Amino acid sequence: MRIFDPHVHMTSRTTHDYARMREAGVRALVEPAFWLGQPRTSVGSFVDYFDSLLGFEPFRAAQFGIRHHCALALNPKEANDPRCTGVLDLLPRYLRRDGVVAVGEIGYDSMTPAEDEAFAAQLELAATHGLPVLVHTPHRDKAAGVRRTLDVIRESGIPPERVLVDHLNETTVELVAGTGCWMGFSVYPETKMSPRRMTHVLQRFGTERILVDSAADWGDSDPLTTRETAEAMLEAGFGHDAVDSVMWRNPVRFYGQSGRLDLDGVETAGTGRETEVPAVFAGNSLRRGER
Amino acid sequence: MISPLCDALEDRLTGSARNWLEAAARAVAADTAAIHDLFPAVGRCCGRAPLHLDADEGRVLPPPGWSVADAARVVLLAAVRPEQAPLAHTLQEVYQAGAAPERRAVLLGLPVLEGVRPELGGGVVQLVADALRTHDPNLVGAAVGRYAARHLDAAGYRQAVLKCLFMGVPLAAVAGLDLRADGELARMLADFAHERVAAGRDVPDDVWPLLARFPEAVDASGLPAEAESTRPERRAAARRALARFTSACPTPADASHH
Repeated sequence: MRIFDPHVHMTSRTTHDYARMREAGVRALVEPAFWLGQPRTSVGSFVDYFDSLLGFEPFRAAQFGIRHHCALALNPKEANDPRCTGVLDLLPRYLRRDGVVAVGEIGYDSMTPAEDEAFAAQLELAATHGLPVLVHTPHRDKAAGVRRTLDVIRESGIPPERVLVDHLNETTVELVAGTGCWMGFSVYPETKMSPRRMTHVLQRFGTERILVDSAADWGDSDPLTTRETAEAMLEAGFGHDAVDSVMWRNPVRFYGQSGRLDLDGVETAGTGRETEVPAVFAGNSLRRGER
Repeated sequence: MISPLCDALEDRLTGSARNWLEAAARAVAADTAAIHDLFPAVGRCCGRAPLHLDADEGRVLPPPGWSVADAARVVLLAAVRPEQAPLAHTLQEVYQAGAAPERRAVLLGLPVLEGVRPELGGGVVQLVADALRTHDPNLVGAAVGRYAARHLDAAGYRQAVLKCLFMGVPLAAVAGLDLRADGELARMLADFAHERVAAGRDVPDDVWPLLARFPEAVDASGLPAEAESTRPERRAAARRALARFTSACPTPADASHH
């Protein structure tokens, strides 16, 4: 079983998680930029973060035969902090880079005017740089947030097939289903979606334009919920082809629209590694002391 | 006024702690900059035990559980002389430089300080907004006091209430619900209840007394229809939720008493 996690925050995870993900079948992932739990106080903090998403994280992932790509953006929560909004001016120089396959996460947290502004500006940046967008939908007042999100997307003129609306659930999936946007579901141990509930959604809406992600981060989350959902799909009677389309082909199609998704040499059949990977990043290996 | 705070502190400070706090307050009054050295030291110098408020003091101070350190920090903030430095500026500096304990004390102190320095007004409402962006229930709970109720705009206030629900901060900590809860907030809470039920999950009990004031929001939401869902877990969750809602609503007999 090959798995592409279209939304996972590896910066917040350990190297052992990469090993477990490899074991579970994860061979590629996209790490979108997000809020780190501790508020940033300056634009410089974003620079270091973006550099890490384009440097150290792809290196760590490569040690386990996992291909790492990223999505970059000013997240909705920090769009409200005037100390951070300057990052919008810096984004263009990052959005040109290899390894960046989308603009994200953008969208709404509390639906403030500052969030409106950052959302619109970044949809424009995505158009300029030929990138699809990963849209976060708010935890609070979600249904209203999804409606407003779809309005903004429509007004921006971005083609819906270049938009992934994420963190959907039973009450919001219907709002997106008819729009042509991709529908993302984050499967969490406790909150958001569970593997079983996810199979109910798939039974009702089919596997077209649907992505399942772990959205694992520093919270009570788990990077293996993609695999658990795949198992739940098989148990619920889905065939291996349907599982492969949700877990691999759909994310490849969505992020492939960037023209920068590079899966050459990613080994998805056996268990061995095919490509040689560098053992150190900027002189730093992942070992701590003797092996 | 600041005096109920001092009264509450009176019995809970040791002699040496009281001396330290008095000297610290004098130092801050003489030179505002002294607060930057003193503010982080309050916990270790005055103690961090809970500050049990008498009923009288509870009327003046916002409800979430204050500690001795919280109260002592607010005493220091109240000692800042406005002719030396604008209080808003000092509050901002102390908040930015602090970690959660210092920030919490600033937030708890806002309504008290506005009482003694009315010129503060809504000048530091952005600190409340900052705290509401965190995932720390200690900060979120401290942020939703009377200062927030007075100065957050309608959208911000509604988001604050919802944030408390998501974080398990009891709505009892939220000041101003009597006056500031409105139909739009009720709509948001009913949608939230619907979303939980559609996931087969229970709804926090805190929402029902509020929704009982706006029963039409529940009727307009997707919640009642969930009671007939084809998924048994959704149906069961909906029936549990609606039963709680009904028992929170005043019965016709209650109404006839008024």
